[in-house]
Amino acid sequence: MQVSITVNGKRYERNIDPRMLLVHFLREELGLTGTNIGCDTSQCGACTVHLNGKGVKSCTCLAVQVDGMDITTIEGLAQNGALHPMQEAFWELHGLQCGYCTPGMIMASTAYLATNPSPSEEEIRGSLEGNFCRCTGYQNIVAAIKSAAEKMQQEPVGV
Amino acid sequence: MRPGKFAYHRAETIDAALELLTNNEDAKVLAGGHSLIPALNLRLAQPEMLIDIGRLENLRGIQANGSLMIGALTTHAQIETSAAVQQYCRALSAAVSKVGDPMVRNRGTIGGNIAHADPASDPPTVLLACDSIIHLQGPDGTRTVPVQDFFLDLFTTDVQPNELVTGIEVPNMSDHKTAYAKLTHPASHYAVVGVCVAVKMDGDTCDHAHVAIGGALPKAMRSPGAEAALAGTTLDDAALNAAAEALMDEIRAEVMGDVYAPEAYRTAMAGVYLKRAIRQALAS
Ligand SMILES: Cc1cc2nc3c(=O)[nH]c(=O)nc-3n(C[C@H](O)[C@H](O)[C@H](O)COP(=O)(O)OP(=O)(O)OC[C@H]3O[C@@H](n4cnc5c(N)ncnc54)[C@H](O)[C@@H]3O)c2cc1C
Ligand code: FES
Ligand code: FES
Repeated sequence: MQVSITVNGKRYERNIDPRMLLVHFLREELGLTGTNIGCDTSQCGACTVHLNGKGVKSCTCLAVQVDGMDITTIEGLAQNGALHPMQEAFWELHGLQCGYCTPGMIMASTAYLATNPSPSEEEIRGSLEGNFCRCTGYQNIVAAIKSAAEKMQQEPVGV
Repeated sequence: MRPGKFAYHRAETIDAALELLTNNEDAKVLAGGHSLIPALNLRLAQPEMLIDIGRLENLRGIQANGSLMIGALTTHAQIETSAAVQQYCRALSAAVSKVGDPMVRNRGTIGGNIAHADPASDPPTVLLACDSIIHLQGPDGTRTVPVQDFFLDLFTTDVQPNELVTGIEVPNMSDHKTAYAKLTHPASHYAVVGVCVAVKMDGDTCDHAHVAIGGALPKAMRSPGAEAALAGTTLDDAALNAAAEALMDEIRAEVMGDVYAPEAYRTAMAGVYLKRAIRQALAS
């Protein structure tokens, strides 16, 4: 089936099998391998991307369902070579160890800040219910999100 | 690619969706996909055709006009953030805010949730406690079913193979105190036990109470025993304990267990979460 999907601001026209998952469309059709696959059961959140600005699990979405819509992946966050404040905060505050969950964590938290720009620590933890990290114990992830939220309050960014 | 092969049709109108459903025996409707796609991914479901109803915008949205009319395609997130739902039925806001995680709530729909009838899901318990009405449409027209008659067994409802759930009607519960208390499975986030209460107070006395329980049973159930134990009391500890005992006695034979939460544990938690729900309702 013919689809037209905008990913990180660029429109892609492709003829795809309807059973192709959005995550496979991103990774295999477009070569955007920043979005990871961590589970078989829609639970881990490693595959989180933005669909029309909202966090969704791209392993639980068919590519044909998002025909005509806007996707942002981890590759789309940096602007003009400058990392997104969330990416910087994960880097500075050591919000990752192996890094496998990180793209999903960053996409989930940037989507969350759009609905709640200055969350409490407890709210941040709640917002990460759908993102599992096997390494960090979450402590530094939460600290990074808090720090990014504070920076973004001072200097708002697009995404 | 994980799902098996299927033909895909995107319905532009309800009638087109119904026609496809009627003419294709092995077709399945796709709404938010958050129960169906996991099943396709594991190949637990292998329908020949998917009819995507996700763009039927007239099935999406919430109207508050005497009662709440919630379109089948309304997402959990839309319900969670609706001021009208908060005003008419706090327990429903609370229950959908506890469904899965934020990404699940952004895609999953209430119509898909009830049509799927997973015994561990949350909204059915609230709809049952609040005497809601399910709106359906088939090739011969529309009909309504009281929620008491809608859920038949696990994963089984009164929706006919050629019908769509179009909406859910929830009465205005603002003259009741309502709450939903959930024991959440730590990994799946589904309900191990979920209890919804709606109590009508007359001064300090409980005029009547509606109690429904889900998660632990093949389908959500009302608890006449707990309701009788609460009515006419001041909802003191003795009344709450009596209601919890009555609830546990009623469900004991039907509770489903698993390695994580065996029958006896779920039964005990049903009592605990009933009391929590009542205390939350009173504090609201
Ligand atoms: C990780 C994860 C965690 C979850 N946690 C919870 C939880 O804690 N509590 C909870 O309640 N749920 C939970 N869910 C399930 C979630 O609520 C689903 O969104 C919901 O059960 C199905 O809705 P859907 O729109 O995604 O339906 P779909 O997956 O699209 O469809 C589900 C079924 O319903 C049928 N269907 C869909 N819409 C209609 C309609 N309008 N008319 C007739 N048939 C229809 C489909 O054919 C299919 O058989 C979870 C899901 C995931 C992936
Ligand atoms: S890969 Fe685990 S939720 Fe998508
Ligand atoms: S850093 Fe390894 S899974 Fe999160």
